[in-house]
Amino acid sequence: MATQHSRSAARLMISPAVLLLLGWMIVPLAMTLYFSFQRYNLLMPGQGGFVGFENYRYFLSDPAFFSALTNTLLLVGGVLFITVVGGVFLAMLMDQPFWGQGIVRVLVIAPFFVMPTVSALVWKNMFMNPVSGLFAFLAKGLGLEPFDFLAQAPLMSIILIVSWQWLPFATLILLTAFQSLDSEQLEAAEMDGASPVSRFLFIMLPHLSRAITVVILIQTIFLLSIFAEILVTTNGGPGTASTNLTYLVYAQSLLQFDVGGGSAGGVIAIILANIVAIFLMRMIGKNLET
Amino acid sequence: MSRAVSTRRKAITTAAAWTIGLAIFFPILWTIITSFKTEAEAIASPPSLFNFHWTLENYFAVQERSNYFRHFWNSVVISLGSTLLGLAIAIPAAWSMAFVPTKRTKDVLMWMLSTKMLPPVGVLIPIYLMFRDTGLLDTRIGLVVVLTLINLPIIVWMLFTYFKEIPGEILEASRMDGATLRSEILYVLTPMAVPGIASTLLLNVILAWNEAFWTLNLTAAKAAPLTAFIASYSSPEGLFYAKLSAASTMAIAPILILGWFSQKQLVRGLTFGAVK
Repeated sequence: MATQHSRSAARLMISPAVLLLLGWMIVPLAMTLYFSFQRYNLLMPGQGGFVGFENYRYFLSDPAFFSALTNTLLLVGGVLFITVVGGVFLAMLMDQPFWGQGIVRVLVIAPFFVMPTVSALVWKNMFMNPVSGLFAFLAKGLGLEPFDFLAQAPLMSIILIVSWQWLPFATLILLTAFQSLDSEQLEAAEMDGASPVSRFLFIMLPHLSRAITVVILIQTIFLLSIFAEILVTTNGGPGTASTNLTYLVYAQSLLQFDVGGGSAGGVIAIILANIVAIFLMRMIGKNLET
Repeated sequence: MSRAVSTRRKAITTAAAWTIGLAIFFPILWTIITSFKTEAEAIASPPSLFNFHWTLENYFAVQERSNYFRHFWNSVVISLGSTLLGLAIAIPAAWSMAFVPTKRTKDVLMWMLSTKMLPPVGVLIPIYLMFRDTGLLDTRIGLVVVLTLINLPIIVWMLFTYFKEIPGEILEASRMDGATLRSEILYVLTPMAVPGIASTLLLNVILAWNEAFWTLNLTAAKAAPLTAFIASYSSPEGLFYAKLSAASTMAIAPILILGWFSQKQLVRGLTFGAVK
């Protein structure tokens, strides 16, 4: 089998990728960690120095942090709920035979390919605008007062926009899982008199559980870092009503130039993401062995 | 075996699926249609779906006002450049892990994946400061480097899953027949690896094209790709619906088309092989 020679060749081939990623991970991380213990404001050069956990105390006791944390959880949770429930339903529908499957599939997947800034702006201006948006027109047609989505329910509106972007992803993966479902098992259950509800609960849902877990974990990784959608719709406002952790760190460091405080926030964001990552890695790792 | 389905049931499913599919697609359709309207017609009430005077003036206006194609070209260079650079680094790595696996291969793969889990905001400040100090802010080369590193784990993983499916016996057989390493790579391996490399390329161009954290934070006017350019429409220009729509349509059209080709690879690429 593999000779000593091919072993060392293999090591040589793999090392650029490993070294680059190692550098990419360790250097900035170490810097973030270092800055988070420093007094470092870009507007006040020369006032540096070690401050211990001062930045963390400042960041964690900032009322904006608590609301950002809540908003992050609501955003992730809300989008996950909508996309997973909607995705299961849509995938189940699309798994049935019907005319034009290929076209409908393309239509459903399309939002996933729209860049975040485009989808956020299109929704913000052409649909949610309280004066000339399409929703306002529909509301007026029904005799209702137009609703100013992004001013009155900013977080809810962003959840809606992000859900539209991620529903295709959930649907596609769940559809793949549905297609590997053994139809004979379903037929047998049907013949034995199992109702559609119990067929769904006891055959389909257990079969889907793995795919649903993967959808939840992968989406969570991406949803924790939602940024562009907030930047172009609300800028985190009104107040901090739609500021998530990512946006708060951005505002702290690049808008208020507080590198120390922003870095402390970055470290907190990393810790949060890692909690999710551990579970995801365990699932993917298990699959690698089979 | 597929069950016999009554025509009536199929018709109902068809109606439901098409209704939902069109509803989900509607915002995109609406954007495309609005891009062909005049500004007055774009905000007219009631809005018209097809019955209006079609015009291309918005496309010209967007180009004239802001040199649209420079940003388009930035997007092309950044997404294609970072993907090709990523492939150049990842192909040898994935190749050696797939064909000469060691005890540590699995750990290396998992570790690479874990770098992808790092939230970008956690390293935003150091990268920003490093870019500022080295003059890389608002340059295409800077973004190419960052996006290469961001997507490298996905590229390695996708390639690894594809290379893994190439049977190793074929390589041994060709070696027995006296093939040199060069001809082995050129005539045996490459033809079998090309489809996997092509789909990896496709998916990563899409991901890089739509990346909207680093592109927004590290560019200004000069190197801004379309994600950042469109963000400049957030106010008050965004209220010119027809122009916003024209700029958006041109920004998403190439990726929608590439997306059609890559939909089969999407599941595999984005779940790291966890769903088959």
